[in-house]
Amino acid sequence: MLKFTDEHEWLKIEGDVATVGITAHAAEQLGDLVFVELPETGTSLDKGATAATVESVKAASDVYCPLDGEIIESNQAIVDDPSLVNSDPQGAGWFFKLKLADPSAANALLDEAAYKELIA
Amino acid sequence: MDDHSPLKRTPLHALHVSLGARMVPFAGYDMPVQYAAGVLKEHLHTRAAAGLFDVSHMGQIILRPKSGKIEDAALALEKLVPVDVLGLGENRQRYGLFTNDQGGILDDLMIANRGDHLFLVVNAACKDVDFAHLQDHLGATCDLALLDDRALIALQGPRAECVLAELWADIATMRFMDVAEADLHDVPCIISRSGYTGEDGFEISIPAASAEDVTRRILEHPDVLPIGLGARDSLRLEAGLCLYGNDIDTGTTPVEAALEWALQKARRASGAREGGFPGAPIILGQFAEGAGRRRVGLKPDGKAPVRGGAMLYADAQGHTQAGVVTSGGFGPSVDHPVAMGYVAAPHIANGTQLFAEVRGRYLPVTVSSLPFITPTYKR
Repeated sequence: MLKFTDEHEWLKIEGDVATVGITAHAAEQLGDLVFVELPETGTSLDKGATAATVESVKAASDVYCPLDGEIIESNQAIVDDPSLVNSDPQGAGWFFKLKLADPSAANALLDEAAYKELIA
Repeated sequence: MDDHSPLKRTPLHALHVSLGARMVPFAGYDMPVQYAAGVLKEHLHTRAAAGLFDVSHMGQIILRPKSGKIEDAALALEKLVPVDVLGLGENRQRYGLFTNDQGGILDDLMIANRGDHLFLVVNAACKDVDFAHLQDHLGATCDLALLDDRALIALQGPRAECVLAELWADIATMRFMDVAEADLHDVPCIISRSGYTGEDGFEISIPAASAEDVTRRILEHPDVLPIGLGARDSLRLEAGLCLYGNDIDTGTTPVEAALEWALQKARRASGAREGGFPGAPIILGQFAEGAGRRRVGLKPDGKAPVRGGAMLYADAQGHTQAGVVTSGGFGPSVDHPVAMGYVAAPHIANGTQLFAEVRGRYLPVTVSSLPFITPTYKR
């Protein structure tokens, strides 16, 4: 199941684990990323908490945790090469995997059609 | 600035939009922050080939001496800037500062001697205040005009000379800070060999009506890409150049800002025209005694950029304040974060380890000499 937030994150949900990243639209708006900071594995985060920080040449931006959960994996590849987020935001440029406290809460997020309407 | 007033447009606005620029408000103007290539590529292209910038938002001011003698305009302007204007040769340009009575900096600017008049280029956000300041103090000796019928572009980078040489062969005879008049595509332009990127390059003042045509033709050259404000900022930061409002303002003096080089000998203690500019006692006192703080380069040890506003500490726990970052970001050409800021005198030596507060952590940064790149000015 693919879901989106109005903060321009995507979630690919398999069982009770969501792989989270930023959308192609967000990556394009941010421009070339030069630095990514990701949450440590084992961190519990509430929905809306700052989960990651991305920096372009010009500015820093926060990436928020889209649902309550625990970080079970972070993508070291984008820390080593932040340009992956620009080149493949919804694939190799994923940020972290979140074990959801309440998988049913994902139903309230945007589906792809609703997100596309948001950014249209 | 009034955030509700409509944004002004430069004569090249339609060109930016047609090139797919992302436009942002800057100093009251709707300006391109980046084009399709993006900030990183635009930055690297400028240092590798040639980048074209629209700087038409900046103020272009003419000071024409009523007496007809350029010396009178030069001496009048010297009352507002701690710069040797009288000693500036015909068709030469130099960097200057407007100071206030506290020794603070009202704006930074370029001053050119154009034979029968002085030609100034001032910052966009300050231009109306600067012009009023000039009228107040120079109105009796000079006729002043803030030009609203000219565009200003900059062509910067190692290929800039070759690109312009195809339009005007004599461009190669100019050296850094020379000024000349020449026709580019049959349009009379005022060209200076200067810029704000650390690269060799030129700034070109063009009549507004012809600006888009001339600029489009220069952009047709395969070596030239349009460059937005994003890369302009990272280029000037790598070059160690101050952005007015960030790195210098009314609360910083030229000595604190490490801009002593902008005060020529004639205006310093024991010079031919010592002092005689606003704030001279304070500024010349700091020359002699030193200032309590100084603008320095800062190289973050890690990969995380340290931005303007970050506090600096002498220790990793954030107990002893050492200063503040005024500009910071990522330097694409040096491939690491770069910053500058004001640091208390005990901590200004190159190699000093300081700590910048970023998102609640204290990241090590090292005081480093400016610029971060080696400038390629054709002196």
